[in-house]
Amino acid sequence: MKTIDALNVYYRDLNSSIDEVVKTDKTINLKNVFGQRYIGRGLPENVKLKIYGTPGNDMAAYMDGAELEIFGNGQDAVGNTMNCGRVIVHGSCGDTLGYAMRGGEIYVEGDVGYRVGIHMKEYKEMKPIIVAGGKAGEFLGEYMAGGAIILLGLNLSKGENITGRFCGTGMHGGVIYLNGNEDKYKFGKEAVKVDITNEDILFLKKHIGFYEKTFQKDLNHLKLESFSKYAAVNKNPYSNMYCTY
Amino acid sequence: MSLDFNSPAFEVIRNEKKCIQCKVCVRQCSNKVHSYDDEDNVIYSDDIKCVNCHRCVVLCPTRALVIKKYPLEFRENANWTGAVLDEIYKQSQTGGVLLSSMGNPKSFPIYWDKMLLNASQVTNPSIDPLREPMETKVMIGRKPEKLEFDAKGKLLTKMPPQVELSVPIMFSAMSYGSISRNAHESLAKAATELGICYNTGEGGLNRDFYKYGKNTIVQVASGRFGVHKEYLNAGAAIEIKIGQGAKPGIGGHLPGRKVGEDVSATRMIPVGSDAISPAPHHDIYSIEDLRQLIFSLKEATNYGKPVFVKIAAVHNSAAIASGIVRAGADAIVIDGFRGGTGAAPTRVRDNVGIPIELALAAIDQRLREEEIRNEVSLIIAGSIRNSADVVKAVALGADAVYIGSAAVAALGCHLCRSCSTGKCNWGIATQEPELVKRLNPDIMYKRLVNLISAWNHEIQELLGGMGINAIDSLRGNRLMLRGIDLNEKELEILGIKYAGE
Ligand code: SF4
Ligand code: SF4
Repeated sequence: MKTIDALNVYYRDLNSSIDEVVKTDKTINLKNVFGQRYIGRGLPENVKLKIYGTPGNDMAAYMDGAELEIFGNGQDAVGNTMNCGRVIVHGSCGDTLGYAMRGGEIYVEGDVGYRVGIHMKEYKEMKPIIVAGGKAGEFLGEYMAGGAIILLGLNLSKGENITGRFCGTGMHGGVIYLNGNEDKYKFGKEAVKVDITNEDILFLKKHIGFYEKTFQKDLNHLKLESFSKYAAVNKNPYSNMYCTY
Repeated sequence: MSLDFNSPAFEVIRNEKKCIQCKVCVRQCSNKVHSYDDEDNVIYSDDIKCVNCHRCVVLCPTRALVIKKYPLEFRENANWTGAVLDEIYKQSQTGGVLLSSMGNPKSFPIYWDKMLLNASQVTNPSIDPLREPMETKVMIGRKPEKLEFDAKGKLLTKMPPQVELSVPIMFSAMSYGSISRNAHESLAKAATELGICYNTGEGGLNRDFYKYGKNTIVQVASGRFGVHKEYLNAGAAIEIKIGQGAKPGIGGHLPGRKVGEDVSATRMIPVGSDAISPAPHHDIYSIEDLRQLIFSLKEATNYGKPVFVKIAAVHNSAAIASGIVRAGADAIVIDGFRGGTGAAPTRVRDNVGIPIELALAAIDQRLREEEIRNEVSLIIAGSIRNSADVVKAVALGADAVYIGSAAVAALGCHLCRSCSTGKCNWGIATQEPELVKRLNPDIMYKRLVNLISAWNHEIQELLGGMGINAIDSLRGNRLMLRGIDLNEKELEILGIKYAGE
């Protein structure tokens, strides 16, 4: 285990010193992180970073197997085009979390911003997962083409919705699970509510269990069978829109 | 469904005297125009299915076939032309958005044809490229403000990453999916032999093509298909696709039926799933956001690859280009409104964007005025038809050009503009194995090599004629251009004088 003090270190230097350390030491503590971008970008399997402070945008971009644990909030575009690996955020995250991620897992203790999980994909055994404890902004899962998003909606204030408008717009693959069965969420026309199966419940159990353990929360009161599940109406949503000429 | 009002666009004429009933046309036409009736022992043709791709004409051993414009006339009307009416018939029948292929076919001015090149006479001799050295090599990438050397003349300045091209021509982005595997491989092989680059398009890079990496530009679009660390590091440069000349403001959309096993593996999406790359990158709302994406790519490749940003030529391209330079791009690709495509909404293709010649001149001028021209290379695309277009583009300020339509024409494309149907008889814009195998990459790549080698010769001759022995000395040298048939404003934007001035 090695510790890097990120105080006043320029992001480029910080990222290249992480690359340097990783050659010999797979587990690194980063302390005093303050807005440096691209931390964890492209990092491979077996690398573990514990990040203290506030990492900047595009954390875990193109990440390729590493595990990042952040003791603080994440900013925008966490897990951008991530291929595999795991990100754990003890806090909340900003917009476009998990943009076009193709594999791996992102666990956020609190809320997430706008356009989270957009363009999420899956390919063969690679199925990305985003779990967030709180609520999400508008356009959750826009253009989603694979993977799963689980929103727990913990600590919502009275009258507050778990997700904003246009959820699942342009969705043509993947699934979104929302805690609650009131059908009041404003879904895009390409997403549709489908029945929750036993398989879904096992899937939710597994990932919510990991959330409980990681963030040390007791979520026994959650009724998994009353989660709502949304999926794409069609994996070719625009096939009837055109006529060739 | 109600009556189809559309009449055939083409007439297939078979000269019965020449036809030996070999049935090549029956077998070759994927649109099923020709059919053989063995009872009557005749070959029939159904005109309405013909897209005029010339496949049957070229392959007919006795030259018995001719395809003509269908001789049906509407009552003469300069406004309500047959084409306008046909579109209305089509849309009123289907309710669909019109979708077309290849570039804008309308009769807008072609500025390349309104610019003439200079040649040396008497006072400075022209150069004969057959005898004297002539440099057509270019380096694409950001250039430092100044160079520093040590006492022994060794370069001290750390050069930003560059891509070396033996000729200032590359093959533009055409994804595997929009074109066939064999077409892709032909481009990759030719680029490698020529010492230039081809471009993956936004569809990822097939494992089998990693070996052409040194001559590959890998593209990143909003859908991020097949984008991962290894992919980013596989090519010579990375191109962020913001826009495309054929459809500014519209993204890419590969229909699921074209996503077979191999395309799925390349794009890393399930078989049969639509591949949607909408025009907005929802992580980019500003020049600062673009900078964030550019530098994420630089970070992922250890600052070892130039990053290009491709935009469509639109009304304020010059200001946008200035922003792109400041965002840290190493090259800007500007794609004019005549740029080709596998599929674009017809209204967008025909009405959105501006000519590349004007966009290029305006951008080069603006970057010079802002004293940032050296910080970026300018690559243009959008209907470069021949070597003279290339030379004129360089004189207007381009570092290199991309060719797409010309490249597929070298592979057999006859500009029938029906790529979006996926039934390309030439094996280019199709994923159907029977059609794809018509294009043998080991043979066809040589046609691309021939084309670019021939153009290279012509470029050298044109340069030599102007008394210039390196293409770098022509860049932005607008004194070598004169306008013809242009108004004052056009001359002003192009930054050139009128012929005779
Ligand atoms: S579509 Fe092509 S191959 Fe078929 S009849 Fe017309 S020109 Fe011939
Ligand atoms: S690529 Fe094929 S379908 Fe497209 S215009 Fe050329 S010949 Fe026609």
